[in-house]
Amino acid sequence: MASHKIYVFKRFERFWHWSQAMLIIFMLITGFEVHGSYALFGFGKAVDLHTISAWTLIGLWVFAIFWHFTTGEWKQYIPTTEKIVAMIRFYSVGIFKGAPHPFRPTTLKKHNPLQRLAYLGVLLLIGPLLWLTGWFYLFYGDWQAWGVDNFLSLEWVAFFHTAGAFMMLTFLIAHVYLTTTGHTPTSHIKAMLTGWEEVD
Amino acid sequence: MLSGKKVSLSALAGCAMLTVMSAFAAPAQSDSASAATPQTVADTRQKSASTADHSKFKELDKHFRTGPEVTEACLICHTEAAKQVQHTKHWTWESIDPKTGQKRGKKNIINNYCTSPVSNEKDCMACHAGYGWKDSSFDFTIEKNVDCLVCHDTTATYRKLPGDAGHPVYERREFPPKSGKFVDPADLKKIAQSIGKPSRSNCGSCHFFGAGANGAKHGDMDSSLQHPNKYLDVHMDEKGLNFACTTCHATSSHEVSGSRYNMAAATKGPAHIRGNPDSSPAACQSCHGDKPHPQHMSKLNQHTEKIACQTCHIPEYARNDIGTELSWDWSKATTMGEDGKPFVSKDSAGRRAFDSKKGAWVWDSYVIPEYRWLNGVSTYKVIGDKIDPSKTVQINEVGGSPDDPDSRIWPTKVHRGKQPYDTVNNTLTVQHTGGEDDTALWHNYDWQKAIVAGMKAANLPYSGKYDFVSTELTWPITHMVAPGEDALSCAQCHSKNGRLKDIQGVYMPSRDGNRLLDMAGWALALLTLIGVLIHGGIRILTSKKEG
Repeated sequence: MASHKIYVFKRFERFWHWSQAMLIIFMLITGFEVHGSYALFGFGKAVDLHTISAWTLIGLWVFAIFWHFTTGEWKQYIPTTEKIVAMIRFYSVGIFKGAPHPFRPTTLKKHNPLQRLAYLGVLLLIGPLLWLTGWFYLFYGDWQAWGVDNFLSLEWVAFFHTAGAFMMLTFLIAHVYLTTTGHTPTSHIKAMLTGWEEVD
Repeated sequence: MLSGKKVSLSALAGCAMLTVMSAFAAPAQSDSASAATPQTVADTRQKSASTADHSKFKELDKHFRTGPEVTEACLICHTEAAKQVQHTKHWTWESIDPKTGQKRGKKNIINNYCTSPVSNEKDCMACHAGYGWKDSSFDFTIEKNVDCLVCHDTTATYRKLPGDAGHPVYERREFPPKSGKFVDPADLKKIAQSIGKPSRSNCGSCHFFGAGANGAKHGDMDSSLQHPNKYLDVHMDEKGLNFACTTCHATSSHEVSGSRYNMAAATKGPAHIRGNPDSSPAACQSCHGDKPHPQHMSKLNQHTEKIACQTCHIPEYARNDIGTELSWDWSKATTMGEDGKPFVSKDSAGRRAFDSKKGAWVWDSYVIPEYRWLNGVSTYKVIGDKIDPSKTVQINEVGGSPDDPDSRIWPTKVHRGKQPYDTVNNTLTVQHTGGEDDTALWHNYDWQKAIVAGMKAANLPYSGKYDFVSTELTWPITHMVAPGEDALSCAQCHSKNGRLKDIQGVYMPSRDGNRLLDMAGWALALLTLIGVLIHGGIRILTSKKEG
């Protein structure tokens, strides 16, 4: 089967992906320490590192949002039901039989329908949940000044922040595994490193 | 074995602060002498900045026979001074709760140290800023009975001994009795001519020695604060800021600010501008404001909504070898030695551990405080109040809750006692302890006689039946402020078994969390991991088969 390469991920996109990946992994590590799951850096240090990472990630997102809208790349995340059943069938049956991947990435449609759904979920659900709760967590001391101290409790803010973190962790595990399901086990990862994806 | 000297030593540690002044001029006589390091020299005060040299006043250039004679001389110029003092707790030993009207103060409450000065005035009033309070007939309006010198002496030679009802030593006498040590009379003229502002030694002469031994009572105040280093107290550090007590406890019209009875538990806002009249100048916030940390530590500033400064900045109290008393068991008093005679014993650090007169004590140093929500309102058990002997009696019920915006989490010293009560009337008893008469507990070792005499002096009914009940007294800790680098670190509270593990009503990251969420969250992540591993495993197996 002949294979060829297409250019899927542009330079900024790759930079965004990897720096965000590192920040998220680091925030999971420090965040669960703040949560009390283990001791690694020490509570105070973990809070500081988690906070610095959060601000860095905010900066990164400002650029990423700008990039997505100016380049029109945001359309990559519009959900579709087309081929979604085929995708599920591929992951649950076809992949074990060496069946061909039902989705062919192109520069204009680089995510398969399940990816679209998953990433949209991360961008519109898990992300904002973490951001919003994290923001209130960080500015706990200002609740009174903002007039929200009667509506919010730190306990519930922390609950949803932690819930978001568990979702992000679950996404991370699945995401890392699914990168091996390309044309070859490493073709997706190579694409995210070089921009060029090998397709059949 | 019991030596005559030991008995006489213990005699010295009579109720409130017998060691008092003696600790300064004659350290070896202190009940806890091994721990105290009092200095015989006057404190290292700088030359007075006063515009008046009292040694040049003709009113003071004469022989004074008694304390009241000195006061009369003082009042010639300081016409309002005695009237001012007579309005303060230092004179009345009484504090009225502005909210409830309850009369508290030493005169009215029964604590679980020496219990009550009533019927023991001759001894206890060694720490009264006055002369002659020997029983309930004391006239609180006589101005010449105000003691100016105990607070204003700069020579450290002015001593008031138990038994004299607040008078200084007028005649050379052996003290403690049969000790072979003698106390010389104070040179009242010299003392009067060299008076000055109160130093740490003046305040400390009573406040360091409460309950009859150095450091016993407060835990955050003892003789080590006469010459403290930075580690012990960042503000009083003798080589640094060298604060006097009155630097924080700013005083106006002889009214000393800062009181445990009417405590400022949650002072808010920025630091106070000089000249701004404020009710709580002794609070940390009056100088530091309620956002005291720099911008890069702003997370700490958010803590001031819930936590008193003292909670982090006084990580331990009694931070020295002197230590403090954690419990006093009066029920062991009157226990005699094997030879049938009274005896005393000390703990391994040389602190009083047992005395047939007073019972058993437990001491400790570098004590980790117990933490409580405090709003500064305490309700005390006063003489005659009913108690419930079936549970531990709270000498003071400290107010405060997590929902109260005026409450903060405070470090406290909880002193645990066992003391006599009337089993029929259910009241804590007043007992006559000090004195040389037949009914004094420390003379006759007879509880019944001591309680009868004490209750009579207090005008309380006594059924004739007594037993001992457990009590607790809770005091905020606020002195011995450590340097910043010794403050608590985050994880000392933000952990599962940290300092604040028993504090309710506040969500603390790392300490708290939702167990169900944690279980569900980790289960979800783990199942996902197992799922992808199985998926991947099958892929490897099937691809090999094909291969």
